[in-house]
This record gives sequence, C-alpha cells and structure tokens, in this order.
Amino acid sequence: MKNIDILMAGVGGQGTILASNILTEVGLELKYNVKKSEVHGMAQRGGTVESHVRWGDEVHAPLIEQGYADYLIGFEMLETARWPSYIKKGAPVIINSYQIPPPSVNLGKAKYPSKEEIESILTAAGGKVIWVEGTKIAEELGNPAAAGVVLLGVVSNMLGGDEGIWQKVIQSLVPERFLELNRKAFQAGRALEVA
Amino acid sequence: MKKMMTGNEAIAYGAYLNGVRIGAAYPGTPSTEIMEEFAKYEGVYAEWSPNEKVALDTGTGAAYAGARAMVSMKHVGVNVASDSLFYGVYTGLKGGLLIISADDPGMHSSQNEQDNRNYARFAKIPMLEPSDSQEAKDFVGIALEMSETFDTPVMLRTVTRIAHSSAPVEIGDETPPAAPAEPPLYDRNPQKFVMVPAYARGRHVVVEERIKKLAEYAESTPINRIEPGDDNVGIIAAGAVYQYAREVFPKATFLKLGMIYPLPEKLLRQFASQVKTVVVIEELDPFFEGQIRNMGIEVRGKDIFPIVGEFSPGLIRERSAAAGLIPASEGLAEAEAASTSTAELPIRPPMLCPGCGHRGMFHVFRESGALVLGDIGCYTLGSAPPLSAMHTTGCMGASIGVAHGIAKAGMKDRVIAVIGDSTFFHSGIHPLINVLYNQSNVTVVIADNSVTAMTGHQQHPGTGITLQEKTTNAVDLEKLVRSIGFDKVDIADPYDLDGLAEVLEDHLGSGKPSVLIVRRPCVLYTREKNEPPHVDVELCSNCGTCLDLGCSPIGQAEDHVVIDPILCNGCGLCIQVCPSEAIVR
Repeated sequence: MKNIDILMAGVGGQGTILASNILTEVGLELKYNVKKSEVHGMAQRGGTVESHVRWGDEVHAPLIEQGYADYLIGFEMLETARWPSYIKKGAPVIINSYQIPPPSVNLGKAKYPSKEEIESILTAAGGKVIWVEGTKIAEELGNPAAAGVVLLGVVSNMLGGDEGIWQKVIQSLVPERFLELNRKAFQAGRALEVA
Repeated sequence: MKKMMTGNEAIAYGAYLNGVRIGAAYPGTPSTEIMEEFAKYEGVYAEWSPNEKVALDTGTGAAYAGARAMVSMKHVGVNVASDSLFYGVYTGLKGGLLIISADDPGMHSSQNEQDNRNYARFAKIPMLEPSDSQEAKDFVGIALEMSETFDTPVMLRTVTRIAHSSAPVEIGDETPPAAPAEPPLYDRNPQKFVMVPAYARGRHVVVEERIKKLAEYAESTPINRIEPGDDNVGIIAAGAVYQYAREVFPKATFLKLGMIYPLPEKLLRQFASQVKTVVVIEELDPFFEGQIRNMGIEVRGKDIFPIVGEFSPGLIRERSAAAGLIPASEGLAEAEAASTSTAELPIRPPMLCPGCGHRGMFHVFRESGALVLGDIGCYTLGSAPPLSAMHTTGCMGASIGVAHGIAKAGMKDRVIAVIGDSTFFHSGIHPLINVLYNQSNVTVVIADNSVTAMTGHQQHPGTGITLQEKTTNAVDLEKLVRSIGFDKVDIADPYDLDGLAEVLEDHLGSGKPSVLIVRRPCVLYTREKNEPPHVDVELCSNCGTCLDLGCSPIGQAEDHVVIDPILCNGCGLCIQVCPSEAIVR
C-alpha cells in the first residue's frame, strides 16, 4: 500500500483551494482513494492557508502526518518554510518565488528570511527544493492569481497522469472566463525544465 | 459512482435525499456550507435566520407541522439556541428534526473549543458523529428515522476536519420522497406541546423513558460496531479521531462509535472483555471515558491523550508510543519532526483584507483613545497590532452589553461598542434597547459592511436578499435604531478618515447613548477595486505612519515604503495618513 501525500501552503487569496480541488479530482481520475482537508483561518485574505491532499489505496485520516508528505507545494516562500517537519526525506518541495511579507516584517519587527535561509530550512529536513517563478509566469499570462496552476503544471510531471486528465479537471473546476488563463498557466508549468 | 464531497456537502445531500423540506441556520464556521448547499436543491426551503435560536424555533415549528427539518450551526451557536433545544426535547415533534452542531477543536475560527457532545447528555437527546463524508450523508437519514421513531430532536455532531474535509460519497439514483400533495391540518395537542408545569412534569417522564429506549437502540445499531483485530489494545473512538487512530493502530481491535450518546453499555462490556487494555481516544473532554468508567469498566484515556486542542495522527502516534501502546521507535519520526525548529520565522496572523472598510474605522478608534468593546466578525481582527484598537471580544452580541456594564461601573475612558451588521441582527438589538432604556453613555458603532463577511459573504436581514436569492424587505439599520428611540444617529464612511473622526468625536462628547453606523460594503463581496497608489521615494521619509494601518500591500524597502500593486485594493487610506504626501495615485 502506497499513499501519495501532498501538502500545500500559502496565503489566503492565493488560490490554494482551487489547486487542492484540482489535485483531489485528478486523484479520483487516477483511481485513487482521495481525502482532502484544508484550513482557511479567520481571514478571507492575508492569513495562512494549508491544504492536505492524500491519494492512496486506503486513506483514513484527511490529515498528513509529520514526516510523511511526499510533496510540499508552497505558494509563498515564508509559508513554505513553516512545514519542514512534514517533509519525507527526498520529497520535492515546489516553491513559488514570491514573497508576501507578514505585518511584523512590514513593521520592521521581524526579518523576512532570505531565499537561502528558506532553502536551507527545507533542505535540512530532507526536501529537494525546486524554485518556480509561478507568480511571474502567471503575471505574464495576464493574471498573477494563476500562479498556483503553474505550480501544479510542474508537479503534474512528477505525479503522472497524462495532460488530458489534468486539463479535463481544470476545465471542470475553473469558471469559463478564467479557463484559458488557467489552461495556459498549467501548460507553462508543465513545460518548465526542473532539475 | 463516487463524488468528492466535504462533510458539509454530504450532510446537505443526505438531508435532501431523506426528504428534509425545511432548513434554517445562521452562518458559522465550520457549519456554514451545510445550509448554503442544501438551499440549492430543488423543492426545499432554506433560510438564513437572524440567529441560531430563531433557526431552531423555525426547525422545531416545521417539525411540529410534520415536515422533516434540519437546523445547522457552529458549536457556540448551540449555546444561543439552547433554550429552544430544551423545550423541543420535552415536547417531541411530529416530523424528524435534525440539529447539526459543527464543533471546532483547535479553534481554527472560534472563541472557544467547547465539546458539544456534552449537550447530548445535558439535553437528553441522541447524538451521532460521522467519521467521513459518506457517513455524514448516511447518518442524516439514520438520525431522521431515529427522530421520528423516538419522537425527539437528534443532534449530529461534526468537527472542522469532517465539515471541511473532502472524501468520496456514493451517488446513486436515489430521489427524495414526494412532498404531501395537500397541506395537512395541524394536529392540536396541548398536553404534548404546551410546556406549562402541569404538562411539562408529564413530559419529563417521557424524556427519561425515551433516553433508556435509545440506550437499548444503541446496543444494536450497526453504526456502533466492533472491528476485530489484535486483542492487546482495544480502542474506542468516533468521528475524525477514529480515522486518525486507524492510521496509527492499523491492526488493533476497535469499537467504532457512530452513535455517541447514549452509550451502549452491553456492547462496551463485551468489547472490554475481548481485549487486554481498553483505550479511549477522544478529542477535548473525557466524554466517553467518564461514562465508561462510571460503568465500572477499566479504561485509559486522558492519562495518555490531551484534553486541550485538536488531535492529529501524529499526536496520537507520539502519545501512544510514549505510553507504550505502540513500539517507542514508531514515535521517533514524530519526535524528530517536532524538533525541527521553525520558531524564528515571523508569524502571519490573520488580518483585515486590503481595502477593508474596518481598517479606517479602527485607525480612527485608535486615534480617539477610546475604550472599544468588540464583537465577533472580521472586525475582531481590529484588536491585533498594529491597529490594536479593540479591547474585549467574547461572543456574538456581547459588545453592547459589556460596554453598557463598563459605562455603568464608571470608568474614565470614553466607551465605544463596535458590532458588525450581521452580528447586530443576530444579537445586538436587545442590548441596544438596554443602552437606551437604562441610559448608559455608550457610543454604539455598527460596522456595516452590508453582508455576513467572515463566513464567506452570506445574506442577512439587512441585505434585501434571501439565502435562496429571492428579493425581500431589507431592514434599514438607521430606521430600526431610530424606531427604538435613539435620536443621535449618524452614518459615516470609513474611507473618509477626517470625516469619520469628526463625527465620532461628536458622538463621544455628546454625553448620551448614540448610534454611529460606519458603512462601507465589503470589497471582496462587491469586487470594487481602485487604482493602487504608489510611493514617491523622494518624498517618503520612512516614518512608518502608513505601516501602522496594518495593510499587507504596504511593505518596507531599504529607506522607504513600497506598495505591492498585486495585493493593493486602492482604498486610499495610506494617501490620507501620509504626513509627507509621498503616496500618490
């Protein structure tokens, strides 16, 4: 029995919920048992968001255990760095090179960790860090909100499932007026060469 | 065919399939989506009631009329509805009445983590708890049957990890039963439905007999089941925690409880006799453990697992290893993981959204120096730094009463009560009447963003639209408070900082009870977005005044501030506060 546990972290408003819905439906298409759990705290925008997606033959808990995440997908740099304890040794950590400084940083009371610091936190936990210019790519496609789907494009190459399945799921979940944007964002991510 | 559904979606689906025709709720995390989803089904009536008590009276009335009804609320909503819960238990009903209590262990979005399983014992009603979406759907049907068979309200308890987790649900070709072709005539029966003492005394006897019969039922219902396994450790668990425990103890013997009150004593004894050690794994209170111990069964539980906070598979693994229930080595990964330190990372507390009207209001409150007694809603975030302009928050509607009490106790501080529009309709009107009736020097501010924002933009009595998207009468806040008798009532815009400050000073200095409606519709709901301003780095003195607005797009560069145009909503507050006129459009 092999489970695939995917943890996502970001900031409210970044589209983590759409991304986790896409992963959930793709898991079903690939004939896995799937569970998903997400916590979006009090804030509509600007708070921490985490989402757990689990694929497997048999999945009981909707939550991933510490040390068991096969993938960590980070929509924002600092939020990604909060989850090293969940990474399984050698797990890819796909990280959007995008910063949203929290209030303490804006007020000068704390320092936003550098890219190197974040990478070393995640590497020390056994993660294989992959930086993706998701927000930049999505912005070039017309809307930075599609950054999450760029990241999914990158992960899709590792998770398997042919592009048709992913695109079908995206079509079923994304409103018509944003469909073209998200299709392109997915393709852009999928086409990226990552180490 | 299987479809992914959250627990909330599955409850709504189960209610529809089982012929629930009337639904009522007040939004509250993590319960909100139950009624939102139910409202979409054909042939049902669903409403946002002003509060949970009104919702439960509505559901009770519908069940008195013979319809199946569902009322949903978050755990603290049951506190609001509890007076109505207790009479319904005595009268019984006619149609099935299902009450959903969505608990929030870990307080992801709540003021406490009360364990509402205690309500079942307190009110003497049966309670079911699903452990995934499929059970959430199935248990709705079982609960409604039980409600009608035993003539009692039935409570279904979920937690955040069931309500907001998605799992597959079998979708068949079931269809709901048809509604009665003609409205029936009401069955008038005062001995059963008029709870004056003479009748209520008789009904109490019925309640006690009923709960005994339900305990018998609990012995044989298939939703309480022994899952055979290794006989060293026998685990008793329910709900989400059952699923976590299954991850940690794949081979143990389980007593999986779907009906969590009343407990099946014979089944518990049989289970205890089959295993060497009985362990109860339950979040929050020792609800099972205490009752089982009272039966004289030896059991472990809270000596191993905490009473505070939300559980996870990892927590259960670590505590079980420490207690010797599983090999110590299995707990190592967890212990090692816990030692990975991320403590130095700056935290990211929830904060008001860019463009939020509450920000300008709290800025003006802070500048006024007044004491601000707060309430439940997005605006609770005004208590956090750097705004730091709210000094109490307790429960829905508490702000005005607390302000009244503080004013009566006599403080030097000038006193503001701040309450949102939806919260005001929920439970702000009675304390507002009290401020006028008993005359306290309180300025009541209604922070009107014209929607129930925090739970995801639900309608309320002031919006003029119902849950099922019908146009209706909108209660006019200004007319309402004037009709109570307030003569000092004003409306101000929180985007106009000077204007708001001026009218607030006028109210605070008036020496009498007054109402100030601070109105700015939620920008996430209206989708209003203005052109983001930018910083003229030559003029910026890096004084930090704009940063004190606590607005996430405004950040610090080397020697000046910057505004992230992706995050900025263009409200222009920073332009108004900048002393150097360095922020420009």
